[in-house]
Amino acid sequence: MPDTTAQTSSPEANADHDEDHFIAVRDLHKSLGKQPVLRGVDLEVHRGECLVILGQSGEGKSVLLKHLIGLIAPDSGSIQIDGEEIVGLSERRLSPVRMKLGVLFQDGALFDSMTVAENVAFPLRERGIRDIDTLLEKVRAALEVVGLEAHMEKMPINISGGMRKRVALARAIITRPQCILYDEPTAGLDPIVADSIDHLIRRLQRKFQVTSVVVTHDMKSMFHIADRVAYLREGRIYFLGTPDEIRESTDPSIRNFIEGRSQETLAPNGASLESLANENDLA
Amino acid sequence: MVNIFQSTGRGALAFLSYLGQLANLLAETTKSMVIGVKRIGLIGRQIVSIGFGSQLVVVVTGAFTGAVFAAQTYFKFSELGLESGVGPVVSIAMCRELGPVLTALMVAGRVGASMAAEIGTMKVTEQIDALRAMGVHPLDYLVVPRAIGMFFSMPLLVAEATGFGIAASYMITVQGFNVPFAYYDRQMVDFTNLEDISIGMIKGCVFGALIVLISCHQGLKASNGAVGVGKSTTSAVVLSSLAILISNFFLSLLLNYFFPLGSGN
Repeated sequence: MPDTTAQTSSPEANADHDEDHFIAVRDLHKSLGKQPVLRGVDLEVHRGECLVILGQSGEGKSVLLKHLIGLIAPDSGSIQIDGEEIVGLSERRLSPVRMKLGVLFQDGALFDSMTVAENVAFPLRERGIRDIDTLLEKVRAALEVVGLEAHMEKMPINISGGMRKRVALARAIITRPQCILYDEPTAGLDPIVADSIDHLIRRLQRKFQVTSVVVTHDMKSMFHIADRVAYLREGRIYFLGTPDEIRESTDPSIRNFIEGRSQETLAPNGASLESLANENDLA
Repeated sequence: MVNIFQSTGRGALAFLSYLGQLANLLAETTKSMVIGVKRIGLIGRQIVSIGFGSQLVVVVTGAFTGAVFAAQTYFKFSELGLESGVGPVVSIAMCRELGPVLTALMVAGRVGASMAAEIGTMKVTEQIDALRAMGVHPLDYLVVPRAIGMFFSMPLLVAEATGFGIAASYMITVQGFNVPFAYYDRQMVDFTNLEDISIGMIKGCVFGALIVLISCHQGLKASNGAVGVGKSTTSAVVLSSLAILISNFFLSLLLNYFFPLGSGN
């Protein structure tokens, strides 16, 4: 049983930035059904930084991300966004807080009844901008950032998965949010498109000082974009530090994760493979 | 024996819980109508989709129901020499029962299924989460326009089905079976009252509200991908149809108390 106590990182990474926190999560607990997913998460995201949340599949990374925007209510704990407590707020009172954030969902979550341009224009229209020329200008500018200005009139179903993610990113940034939450931004993309998304995330953060929270298990992406890294394990932040610190970590579970070693955890004694072999004998 | 009680109890609790969820959705939707953002464009689109899009199915249903009802009534009434009674019987039945109920069943099949499938697909593909993440209340955006669209469309569709049913009965009775128009018209006008038409309109609004509530609720609680959306869509049509038929009985009793048959004479 490994030590699950969060490892300490460098003084720089852990410096007290109370006044600088854009997001502060305290003792967050959440169970889905009878399965505890988050068991006391404590996490702070500083203004303007890019924090990458790592963790194996099923560890609750996306659940944590959805808590940050109020899409899931915790069982207990506190979440502050830009100094405002969001736990317990009604859907309507959450709206102004959500306007400060942009979200890139794992599969883009584009509205399939709208064209690419209508999808990107949607947040602006919801903020009351109705002038067609203004909308068109802003949509074109946002799509230029992600290199898709030539696909404005296409329907989401007619573009590739990578393009859908880039359109979703254009939709997330068009209102210039203070913080963007990315849920697996490079999952399922080819290495070149994934690299272009990483560059975009970095460029947005540097150009507009956008606070970024990225959930991923793409190591290459993490080393490219992260200012700090949080490793989620067994429902808690197991490690918090810089990319260099996690690279140097000697903790076995972190090393296994970084180096992609499974240690045959899916079939520890080979029993399932033997039974599969017996099944095949019947054929 | 214990198992029977347990399963009955569980079923009753599930039913009560379902009714509670519907009541909660009704309350939240009403609140959204009052304090939420009004999207005139979306409401207009829903009126076109629900009202204009259902024209053909409603007209055909109303017309052929009126025609067959007139023919069957004529066959029996003619044995008694009451051919002129076909007009009021068809007219009252179409206004009070057949018009609203059949229209609602058709709309539940066409519009209710589409509402549940559309909202359900948005739910399982995180599009509703995306709406919420952009600060848009899902009820304001998805349910309220549909509810208002239905509220405007349903009475008109009921009127249309009823009108075409009566017109078809005229064609069958007067043109087909040569019942004199003067008798047909006089009897129908004498026995059909404003109350009968009001009952049809009230029922149409109630059935419309039931279709929107049940279908949107099924869509909003859809899960488990395509299978879940399929189940929600089926449940929306089945539950809406059952709700229409069951509530029609109680509505008929209640409305007959306020508007007794023949009260206008």
